[in-house]
Amino acid sequence: MAAAVSIRGVTKRFGTDVTAVSNVTLDIVDGEFFSLLGPSGCGKTTMLRMIAGLEFPTEGSIQIFGEELALRPPNKRPVNTVFQSYALFPHMNVEKNVSFGLEMRKVDKAEIGERVAEAIEAVHLKGMEKRKPSQLSGGQQQRVALARALVNRPKVLLLDEPLGALDLKLRQAMQMELKDIQSEVGITFIYVTHDQEEALTMSNRIGVMNFGNLLQVGTPEEIYERPVNRFVADFIGETNFIKGTVTDDGAIRLTNGSVVHVRTDAPSGADVTITLRPEKLRIHALDADDINPARNQLPSTVTRRLYYGESIYYEVAISDGTLLDVRHENIPSLRRWDVGDEVIISFHRDAGEALLS
Amino acid sequence: MSVQQGTAHRPWVDRILSINGWIIFGFLYLPILILVIYSFSDSKVVGIWGGFTWKWYGRMLTNPEMMGALANSAKVAIVSTVVSTVLGTMAALALDRYRKWLGKGAFDVIMYLPVIIPEVTMGAMLLIWFTQVLPINLSIWTIILGHIAFSASFVAIIVRARLANLDDSLEEAAMDLYANRWTTFRRITLPLIIPGVLGGALLALTLSLDDVIITEFVQGPGASLLPVYVFGLIKRQVTPEINAVSTLMLGISMVLVFVSLAFQARANASGSNKEE
Repeated sequence: MAAAVSIRGVTKRFGTDVTAVSNVTLDIVDGEFFSLLGPSGCGKTTMLRMIAGLEFPTEGSIQIFGEELALRPPNKRPVNTVFQSYALFPHMNVEKNVSFGLEMRKVDKAEIGERVAEAIEAVHLKGMEKRKPSQLSGGQQQRVALARALVNRPKVLLLDEPLGALDLKLRQAMQMELKDIQSEVGITFIYVTHDQEEALTMSNRIGVMNFGNLLQVGTPEEIYERPVNRFVADFIGETNFIKGTVTDDGAIRLTNGSVVHVRTDAPSGADVTITLRPEKLRIHALDADDINPARNQLPSTVTRRLYYGESIYYEVAISDGTLLDVRHENIPSLRRWDVGDEVIISFHRDAGEALLS
Repeated sequence: MSVQQGTAHRPWVDRILSINGWIIFGFLYLPILILVIYSFSDSKVVGIWGGFTWKWYGRMLTNPEMMGALANSAKVAIVSTVVSTVLGTMAALALDRYRKWLGKGAFDVIMYLPVIIPEVTMGAMLLIWFTQVLPINLSIWTIILGHIAFSASFVAIIVRARLANLDDSLEEAAMDLYANRWTTFRRITLPLIIPGVLGGALLALTLSLDDVIITEFVQGPGASLLPVYVFGLIKRQVTPEINAVSTLMLGISMVLVFVSLAFQARANASGSNKEE
């Protein structure tokens, strides 16, 4: 598969002391839904703006389908952007907003009419053509912004937190719709978001950024199951951290002396932090005899119980005082535990990952 | 917004406040009302009602000096408004749209000077500039330059307020949609700031039509403006003709102010794209 966007050693500095993006190298495959994920200020939006041409990199190269355009102005690039604030032209109606790009490219009048009508229909806004943006709801404005970009048939569509301003239900519906539209048109989407759940559910691949650095690139599953460092583990989903040291035979000795087995690439003797997702932990009675031998066991005490409806969260303390969150599904076969119960928690050898700390 | 919840409602406070309001209103507008009324009085002595007449208006219209001053006023107002609107708008764009340029900070402060320094100071400054430094002959053109010198600042301030409310990403979106810088300005920026530009232009027009002090300093022989001419007349004798011409100027100013307010209101109504 060809690289739709090829980013090589891109750095962006503002002034002399702010480095927004630091030496990022990344290939985005044609037709994929790629998310740039990270907390605010991590450089993801700056990275997107450099692909759009709204910022120019201080160093490095950006190619779109083999064409170098790091320093090319935005109006001469085969990409379009859906802005966070939508940036709909308030003095133009829906139709005029959508046709703007085609008019600028001097596309034949009849073709403009056809394509605009098609785009408006694709985002389910038929009948709203003559409305001004201020007469539309947030979700409808979002769709206009999408139609306005897609109508130009860009080679790459850039989306800057496009769903950030919508409420939860609408956001979820729009996530599905965006995904459907993407697979329909087959255009490469580069999607910037700080919402890890959104990134996990929508993307083919995710790039996690922090402090201007690209920390990890992988499928949602790789990012979630095998984070490369503490930041990625902590930022994506919820997780527990347990400190320990790698023993000579590749196991991990915790600070309380217990030895557990998890995946690790760390050399023996190294200090590590084990990341363990709450849903991968189970609570058992002290005298349980049906625990799978592939599971690690740690005696602990239940210190808190939170009822979430679909699940029940327990906080348990292992013997060195480390607190762990455990998520049990709310199903009858799982026993309810009370605060103060002495229990055993277990987790599978493949459930955790020991990261160099 | 919350009216003090704890205190009991005291009707006499309301009454005093409304009386106070009417006193201020009267203080401001009663003289104007009287001026307007006596411009229709058929009596040579101002202050004595002599029955309704249009004759002072007629006399005003047939007074060649007064009509000449009116024509000069119109000419100065139109030229200085057009020039100061263009200059002021450009200054506002330069200050708002470009990140950093040499002297930006200083320019930003200096731009407010013509608004705050006393008109007498500005008039004297301009006079020295024109006659001693350049030097050029005082004429209607020096009046125009003087008016531009202060009007441009007002325009720039108003347009800049409008620009500050404009979402930068609108221009970015236009460029992302293949528009170049000039097309972006013509199709997006200008239509969105035009209420501010027109509001500024109307203010410049009003200021130019009303100005006495600066004009007094920089006018040349025989090129007086209407307000200055009226001021000169009043020094000799107060005639009902002055009432008539004052009423005329009042009317023009009021129309301009109302049109300006209407533009501002429309600007505020359509400028709410940012908060959604």
